[in-house]
Amino acid sequence: MTQKSDPKFEALLRLGDNALILGHRVSEWCGHAPVLEEDIALANTALDLLGQTSLWLEYAGEVEGKGRSADDIAFLRDAWDFRNVLLVELPNGDFGQTIMRQYLFDVFNRLNLEAMKTSTDTRIAEIAEKAAKEAAYHVERSEGTVIGLGDGTEESHRRIQDALNILWPYAQELFITDEVDEEMAKAGVIPDPKSLQDAWNAEVRGALAEATLEVPEAHFGHRGSGKDGRMHTEHLGHILTQMQWLQRAYPGQEW
Amino acid sequence: MSKEWPLWEIFIRGQHGLSHRHVGSLHAPDAETAIKNARDVYTRRNEGVSIWVVEAAHITATAPGDKGPIFEPSESKIYRHPTFYDIPDEVGHM
Repeated sequence: MTQKSDPKFEALLRLGDNALILGHRVSEWCGHAPVLEEDIALANTALDLLGQTSLWLEYAGEVEGKGRSADDIAFLRDAWDFRNVLLVELPNGDFGQTIMRQYLFDVFNRLNLEAMKTSTDTRIAEIAEKAAKEAAYHVERSEGTVIGLGDGTEESHRRIQDALNILWPYAQELFITDEVDEEMAKAGVIPDPKSLQDAWNAEVRGALAEATLEVPEAHFGHRGSGKDGRMHTEHLGHILTQMQWLQRAYPGQEW
Repeated sequence: MSKEWPLWEIFIRGQHGLSHRHVGSLHAPDAETAIKNARDVYTRRNEGVSIWVVEAAHITATAPGDKGPIFEPSESKIYRHPTFYDIPDEVGHM
């Protein structure tokens, strides 16, 4: 992480990049979901996340003050400048893995946005006000599907339990606090992620129990490396080649 | 048990004060999911303020073959239409 960077700019990149990368991942299901209804629902979620991305990154560009637009930030940075958590860049896997990743993120996103509604930064409070309603629906949908699959057939239970085993350690990165978070929390701009962890645990563990799923015992969790840009998985570069190729091949192209 | 989810008929109220209208159908494993699917499939462009879902199997319908005895008798009873009243101008558009 570059120490010189404005912490608010960093924090806004984290919010924007989480939504951007997850939105892109979810959009990969478009035309491929197991049923039509789910296909449309996933596309709606992806579009909500893309809308949130544009609000966060537009503001990030303004805070940075170098004249970069949301599009510039989304399409003209390379992997090392991205600040999303590793959880959201992981491949979709099967439908169960996509939905479990969505659920683990959705609950965090809703709690975070709810808390940001009272941010001392009015722009952040306004964005949170709008995005929290979308996130509340995302949770309703992904939670219901996790419970349905967990408490479903033998195969659906096995697959969603496998997904939980893979994703649980990654979800822990959501709650790692660093100096950017501390500074933002102290100024009342964005809550300290740690302050959301108890509520997240209570809610998620409750739903997973209802889904008859077992939370992995291991205390192992991925260290913060995506959110401060120290290291991403190999998957992020592959996402970017797809997501950014048009702007890279035809710079400045608009339609 | 059939692997296919049951079919649900979807009714949406477009605005307060209007009645729910049938907009289409979709598949879902239960009523709650049918509501969510209806929200995602049929209200993406701000079409609704309320959603009803009814499992298609629970709808009882007239049979097309019965349309003679059921509907034709009313065709010749124009006096049932309130078209013979003079409406005062002050009433305006009704």
